[in-house]
Amino acid sequence: MKVLVPVKRVIDYNIKARVKADQSGVELANVKMSINPFCEIAVEEATRLREKGVAEDVLAVSIGPQQAQETLRTAMAIGADRALLLQCDTDLEPLAVAKALKAVAETEKPDLILMGKQAIDGDNNAVGQMLAALLGWPQATFASKVEVAGGKATVTREVDGGLQTLEIDLPAVVTVDLRLNEPRYASLPNIMKAKKKPLEIKPVGDLGVDVAPKLSVVKVTEPPKRSAGVKVEGAADLVAKLKSVGVL
Amino acid sequence: MAILLVADHENGELKDTTAKTLTAAKAIGGDVDILVAGDNVDAAKAAAALAGVRKVLTASSPALGQGLAEAFEALIVPLAANYDVVLVPSTSQGKNFAPRIAAKLDVSQVSDIVEVVAPDTFVRPIYAGNALETVRSAQAKQVITVRPTAFKPAEGGGSAAIEAIDAGAGSAHSRFVGEEKVKSDRPELGAAKIVVSGGRALGSAEEFNAVIDPLADKLGAAVGASRAAVDAGYAPNDYQVGQTGKVVAPELYIAIGISGAIQHLAGMKDSKVIVAINKDPEAPIFQVADYGWVADYKTAVPELMSALG
Repeated sequence: MKVLVPVKRVIDYNIKARVKADQSGVELANVKMSINPFCEIAVEEATRLREKGVAEDVLAVSIGPQQAQETLRTAMAIGADRALLLQCDTDLEPLAVAKALKAVAETEKPDLILMGKQAIDGDNNAVGQMLAALLGWPQATFASKVEVAGGKATVTREVDGGLQTLEIDLPAVVTVDLRLNEPRYASLPNIMKAKKKPLEIKPVGDLGVDVAPKLSVVKVTEPPKRSAGVKVEGAADLVAKLKSVGVL
Repeated sequence: MAILLVADHENGELKDTTAKTLTAAKAIGGDVDILVAGDNVDAAKAAAALAGVRKVLTASSPALGQGLAEAFEALIVPLAANYDVVLVPSTSQGKNFAPRIAAKLDVSQVSDIVEVVAPDTFVRPIYAGNALETVRSAQAKQVITVRPTAFKPAEGGGSAAIEAIDAGAGSAHSRFVGEEKVKSDRPELGAAKIVVSGGRALGSAEEFNAVIDPLADKLGAAVGASRAAVDAGYAPNDYQVGQTGKVVAPELYIAIGISGAIQHLAGMKDSKVIVAINKDPEAPIFQVADYGWVADYKTAVPELMSALG
């Protein structure tokens, strides 16, 4: 079985994003970038499927600038067999990303597309669902458990109020949630090996899909700051203060 | 402008997220129809009673009741021909099917809006709520998901007509196997006026239940948790507040033993009043807390319980 894992290079999750003074976006120059945490979980899951003998070929795909090669090398150090960078110097909308990935899926014909439920920069939570729709494939989002056997995937999903289990026919798109697994740290030998694994680069324009933006960003601003709070001396003080502002 | 609002409901009851999404619909302006889709569509009566609704559509099938995205796609994509805007609350279910519909309509979805600036211009949080993006969408058709906690619920007093429509077909390629709901008699986390949340400092599930639950019960509050507490198994997944869990905006949020990572703040920093109880005076949570109490929860929570009387 062949697994396709889309991965995104994003601002490191520990870094607090700063809005640019001209309100054109978030400051990304000289900021630490990493693989999106949800994508890392998807790569780990694909690698585990490979180790179980369920998957034979794991292809990591990223759409982004030259530097996204590092993200793909990270994916290969975890366990992806090969990588494809669709080079693009602007940040594409989820619909455009889904269209580009659809073109890749049509060429590569994966049995399963495993991907993160959302990227921690745009926080859209949309690409996986859009990709499934464009391909006409079933989807299982927010997966916290995935079992693949006999041309089907049984997926436990995290939903409001608890968990839901679905069975979907392959090919399918599964988006992963935080609790699916704990991604391994890439070992130094695996990082070295990943440098030798094949990484193909082509411009996203070569796919022949329309990736033009449909939305325009008017501005990006800082959220309103909360006014500085006060320290309380004890329970009685706290309760009195909460009563005085009317929340108790 | 005609707006189709997809209702959030369960077991015949309309969730208040629907009334909040209706407020966003009214800010966009136009005729609003509410779609109640599921296996039990009794919530249509409550939806029809919301003020300012043109009509309520009901579509009933088991696949819709199971929340299968493919079934929602089959129902809503043809229906969207009659509407300019499809508005969906950002619940786990809404997030599941809305992008499917957007892609089928060849529309860029505007996700998780917190403000309507103009009928085509919206504000949405990005980077875990550390920035607010104002986006304009010139698309002829819009698919928008709405963060319910950012809007006040619309009032009742309406009497819209209810009309049953064909539920459409589902996909043969996805099947519901089962579900496991977390049982709780407490108010729902997303809708509660008071939320008491526990973090990693609690140390065990037993301690979490022994410390957080009685305080929540005393305050009539919902219980939340940080990701660290959930990952450590102290609380179920469903309790998680944050970028990857639930976004809450209660009147009062009490964070106990929670350091205040960016991802947690993304889920609660719009609360009206935030109280932090933490023994580390340097914990980032104190930067957003209106009332900070530097104390060990082991002594602080019992003191708070007795001060509440």
